[in-house]
Amino acid sequence: MARTVWDSTVGKKTVMAVSGIVMLLYLVAHVIGNLKIFFGAAEFNHYGHWLRTVGEPFMHYEWTLWLVRIVLVVAVVAHAVSAYQLSRRDIKARPSTYVHKKPRASYATRTMRWGGIILGLFIVWHVLDLTTGTVHSGGFQEGHPYQNVVDTFSTWYGNVIYIAAMLALGLHIRHGFWSAAQTLGVGSRTRDRALKTVANVLALLLTAGFIAVPVGVMTGVVS
Amino acid sequence: MKLTLRVWRQKNADAEGAMSTYEVDGISSDMSFLEMLDTLNEELILEGEDPVAFDHDCREGICGACSLVINGDAHGPERTTTCQLHMRSFADGDTIDIEPWRASAFPVIKDLVVDRSALDRIIQAGGYITAPTGAAPEAHAAPVPKPDADFAFEHAECIGCGACVAACPNGAAMLFTSAKVNHLNVLPQGAPERETRVLDMVAQMDEEGFGGCTLTGECATACPKGIPLVSITGMNREWLRAVRKGKR
Amino acid sequence: MTTYTDYTTGEPATDTKAPSGPVAERWDKRRFEAKLVNPANRRKHTVIVVGTGLAGGSAGATLAEQGYHVVQFCYQDSPRRAHSIAAQGGINAAKNYRNDGDSVHRLFYDTVKGGDFRARESNVHRLAQISVEIIDQCVAQGVPFAREYGGLLDTRSFGGVQVSRTFYARGQTGQQLLLGAYQALSRQIAAGNVEMHPRTEMLDLIVIDGRARGIVARDLITGRIDTYFADAVVLASGGYGNVFYLSTNAMNSNATAVWRAHRRGAHFANPCFTQIHPTCIPRTGDHQSKLTLMSESLRNDGRIWVPKAKGDQRPAHQIPEDERDYYLERIYPSFGNLVPRDIASRAAKNVCDEGRGVGPGGQGVYLDFADAIKRMGRKAVEAKYGNLFDMYQRITDEDPYEVPMRIYPAVHYTMGGLWVDYDLQTTVPGLFAIGEANFSDHGANRLGASALMQGLADGYFVLPATINDYLARNPHQGEVTDEHPVVQEVLAETQGRLNLLLSVDGDRTPDSFHREVGELMWEFCGMARTDSGLRKALERIPQIREEFWRRIKVPGTGEELNQSLEKANRIVDYLELAELICLDALHRAESCGGHFREESQTPDGEAARRDEEFTYAAAWEFTGTGTAPVLHKEDLVFEYVHPTQRSYA
Repeated sequence: MARTVWDSTVGKKTVMAVSGIVMLLYLVAHVIGNLKIFFGAAEFNHYGHWLRTVGEPFMHYEWTLWLVRIVLVVAVVAHAVSAYQLSRRDIKARPSTYVHKKPRASYATRTMRWGGIILGLFIVWHVLDLTTGTVHSGGFQEGHPYQNVVDTFSTWYGNVIYIAAMLALGLHIRHGFWSAAQTLGVGSRTRDRALKTVANVLALLLTAGFIAVPVGVMTGVVS
Repeated sequence: MKLTLRVWRQKNADAEGAMSTYEVDGISSDMSFLEMLDTLNEELILEGEDPVAFDHDCREGICGACSLVINGDAHGPERTTTCQLHMRSFADGDTIDIEPWRASAFPVIKDLVVDRSALDRIIQAGGYITAPTGAAPEAHAAPVPKPDADFAFEHAECIGCGACVAACPNGAAMLFTSAKVNHLNVLPQGAPERETRVLDMVAQMDEEGFGGCTLTGECATACPKGIPLVSITGMNREWLRAVRKGKR
Repeated sequence: MTTYTDYTTGEPATDTKAPSGPVAERWDKRRFEAKLVNPANRRKHTVIVVGTGLAGGSAGATLAEQGYHVVQFCYQDSPRRAHSIAAQGGINAAKNYRNDGDSVHRLFYDTVKGGDFRARESNVHRLAQISVEIIDQCVAQGVPFAREYGGLLDTRSFGGVQVSRTFYARGQTGQQLLLGAYQALSRQIAAGNVEMHPRTEMLDLIVIDGRARGIVARDLITGRIDTYFADAVVLASGGYGNVFYLSTNAMNSNATAVWRAHRRGAHFANPCFTQIHPTCIPRTGDHQSKLTLMSESLRNDGRIWVPKAKGDQRPAHQIPEDERDYYLERIYPSFGNLVPRDIASRAAKNVCDEGRGVGPGGQGVYLDFADAIKRMGRKAVEAKYGNLFDMYQRITDEDPYEVPMRIYPAVHYTMGGLWVDYDLQTTVPGLFAIGEANFSDHGANRLGASALMQGLADGYFVLPATINDYLARNPHQGEVTDEHPVVQEVLAETQGRLNLLLSVDGDRTPDSFHREVGELMWEFCGMARTDSGLRKALERIPQIREEFWRRIKVPGTGEELNQSLEKANRIVDYLELAELICLDALHRAESCGGHFREESQTPDGEAARRDEEFTYAAAWEFTGTGTAPVLHKEDLVFEYVHPTQRSYA
C-alpha cells in the first residue's frame, strides 16, 4: 500500500496534502503562540518555556517538543520531496510549450512552485535565526524568545524576509488548502464555495497573524 | 474575410518542426474552422505543396478526432470542438496561430496530427465493466437512481479528444481518466471492479508519462463537453478509497 | 458494344442458410443447426474484423470473448471514433416497458412495413427478437441510458411507429453505445485476444481458392502496405453515403472495403436504397464539407411547417398561424410529424420545389418548438433537446428557442450493401458483412433508431453465432503467406493503384472530383429519380472517371501520412460505386422507401411500389470497371406481413 501511494502521482499528491495539513495545523498553533508577544515578555517567555515542559511528568523535558519537531521535519521533507518529484515529472510531461503564449491560471496556482521554494528557504533561515540562533542578528539568548524576536525585527532585512515569506505563505495556503481538499477527495460541487472561503480565511488570518509581530516591533508596540 | 495563418509544420515524428505562415482569402464567416483549413489545403495542393495534415472525422463535435490548439487555446476560443468552431469567432485580418496538442505522451506524427493512443491504453487498463456478451441480467433488474444515472452520463460524455491534456501545463490526463472512473464507478454494474478500475487506470496514466494534477483547472476550461474539474476530486476519492480497502 | 446499362440477369440469389418454419422459431432453429467450434480450438482460428463501430466493435469484443484470435482494423486513430458515435436519437427494443402494446411481433411488423416490404421477414424478426437482449447487454456494460425518477429506463417514440420503444442517452445514444462496445473491445485488447490496428485502412481483400483469407491494408502513418491473413474476414466498415460528397457521414467514412470486396466477388445488393434524412441543418454555401443531422427525436415535439404562400420572405414570427402550412400534420393526420424518414424528406422536397421553402435559396423548412416550449416550458425542452439546440445554434448562429430551426433533408444512411445470407455471409465464403455494410434488415427504408439496433444485433449476437458454423465446417485451411501468387497479385495491384494516383500529377484536387460526382448523384440519384436523369448520370460518371485518371493531383509520396492520397484512393471506388447505384436505381422502375422514381407514384404523389415485378432484392455481380454487371434476384416472400401500400395518413 505504501508503495502504491508513493509510486503514484495521485498518491504523492496525497502525501503532499496530508503533510501540508499537518504543517497547517502546526501553523495555527504557532500563530496563536506568536500573538502572546503582545502581552509582554513575561507571558511570551513563559509560553516558550512551557513548550519544553508540555506533557510532564509523563514526558521528559523537551520530549514533546522534539516529537513535534520530528513530525514537522518528516512533513516538510515529505512535502518537499513529493513536490520536487512531481514537478520534475510535470515538466517532463510537457517539454515544449506553445508558440502562442497565454497568461495562465491564477496567481496562487502559478506561484505554488516558487512559493514553495521561498518557504523552504525561509524555514531554514527561521530555524537558524530563532531556534539555534546561528544567524541571529543580535546576541542570541537561549530561553529569551521575546528579546530574540525583537532583535530580528529590528533589522530591515529581518522584516523584509519575514513579511515576504508570510505573503508567500498566504498564497501557498490559499491554493494549497483547497487543492488538498480536492486531492483528499472531500471537495464537491456543493462544497466548493465553502472550501474556497475557508482557504481564503485561513490564508488571510495566518498571514495577518504572523505579520502582526514584525509590524508590532516596527511600530514599537512590541519592544 | 482575409486571414494570416501561422501553422505548425513538421514532416514526421523525427523531423524538426516550425511555424509556417500562409495567407487565405475569401473565407466566409459561416465556414467551420476546418473548412477554412480545407480551403488552404486545396490551394496548397494545386501549388504542388504538401497540404497541412490534421485529424478530423465526424465534424459534428462528437468523435473527438479534431485536435488543434488555436491561438494558444485547445479547440480555440469557444467552448466546443475545433470542428464546431466557426469563422464568425474571428475577425477579418486576424492572424491565427495553429499548433498541435503538446504533451510528451502525445508525440507529433505530422504537422498537427498527434498520437493519442495513450488514452486508449488507459481505458484498456480498466475503463470498462466486465460483462461478456450474453451474460447480462434483465435491464430492469438493477434500477439506477436518476441522479446517479445523470452523473454517470455527464462523465460518459467525454469524447477522448485530449484537449484536457493539451491545455494542462503539466500534460496531465487526470480529467480524461477521472471522467471514465466516475462514469463507471457510480453505477451498480460497475461496483465489482470499482477499486481495481481506479487503481489500474491511474497506474496506466502514470506509466504513459502524463504529468500530475496541480488543479490549475485549465483542463476543465478547455473541455468541449464541460467535464467539471471536480471530476478529478471524485477520482481522487475513489483512488484513496481503493487504497484504504487494501486492494493493492 | 455493350454499355454499362446492358446488364444481364443471372441465376437467382438464394439464401441457403435461411431456416424455414414459423418465423418466431427460425433463429433458434438456425442456432441449433449451426455447427459449433470447440472452445479449445477457437484460439487456433484468426478472424479479421474491419471497422470498430457498433457492429465491428461489438463483434470484435464478442468473438474475442469466445476465444477467437481477432485482428481488427480502423482508419481512425482510436477505435472509439467510428462514426456510430454520431448517432443521436436512440435504439429500438421491444421491451414493452411502457405497456403500450409493443411486442417483438410489432417491432418486426413495423420494421418490415417501414422498409416498404423490401426486407427479409426472417432477418427482421430475428432483429426484433434480439433487440430485447441488446438493452440488457448495454445496461450491464454501464451504458448510461436515460432513466426515470424511479430508476427505471426511460423510452421515447420515434418516426414511423406508434409505441414508445426507443431507449436513449440524451442526444448521444450512439456515442454511449459505441463507448460500451469500445470498452468491451478494450478489455479484449488488454487481454491480448484482440490485435488492434488503428490508423490502418483496408485496401483490398485476399481471396484464395474461393475463400476470403485476408486483407491488404495500409498503415496510414508510415504508408506501409501489409497483408494480414485469417480464417474468416468480417467487414463492418459502414455505409457508402459519402459517395454523395455532402452527407451526414464522417469525412473519412468510405466504401473502399465493401467495394474492393465486391470487386473480388461479393455481390452488392440494393445499392440505390439510400436514406435521405429529413432533419439536417441546411447547407450555407459552397464551402460546405459535410452536413449535420439533427436527431429525428426533435420531431416528437417540434412542428414542421412552411408558409402557405410561395416566396413568402417574412421572418417566421411575422407569419400568422393561419398562413402557415403544417404540411405533415395536414397530409398525414394520424402520424403527423412522425411519419417515416423517406416520407418526411420527400414532403420537404415537394414544398421547397413548390417555392415555399425558407432560408437561403429556399432550401429549408421550419421545425418549430414554440408550441412545445409553451406546453412543456423551456426547462423541459432544454432537458430533452438541450444539446441539439446548442449544436444548432453553434452551426447557424440562430437561437432555436427564439426562432424556429431550419431543416432540410440530407443523405444519411445506406440500406443497400453487400449481399449476405441469413448467416451474414457474403457470396464469398468466409467473408461476412455486418452493420450498415450489409443490406439485410431495413429493406428500402430504415426506421429511426434501428441502425444502432441492427449494428449491435449483428455484432453481439448474430455473427458470433453464425461464424462458428463456417469455421467449424472449414477447420483446416492451408497456411497463406505473402509468397502466394494471389497475394502477390493483390499487393501489386494495390501498390500500382497508389503509385498511379501519385504519378498523374494533374491539375485537379481529389476533393474537386469528389464534389463533382457527389453533386451529380444528388441531382440525379437523390430524393427523386427519373429514367432520363439516371441515364444522364450513367453517361457522365465514366467521363468523370476518365478525367480523374488524367487530371488528379496528389502531392507527396506513399511512404508517409498522406491524407490526399487516402482521399483520392477512396474516390477511385466512389467513381465505380456511383455507377452501380445509378444502374440499380434505373433498373428498379418502381418507387419504394427511400427510392422514389417519379414515373411510379400514386395520383396524390406517394411512392407506388410495383410488387409484381420488384419484390426482390437486387444482388449485383461485378464484371469489370465500367462493364455491365450481372443481376441476381433474390425473391422476397412475405408470409406474416402482407405487402400493402404503406399508409401513414
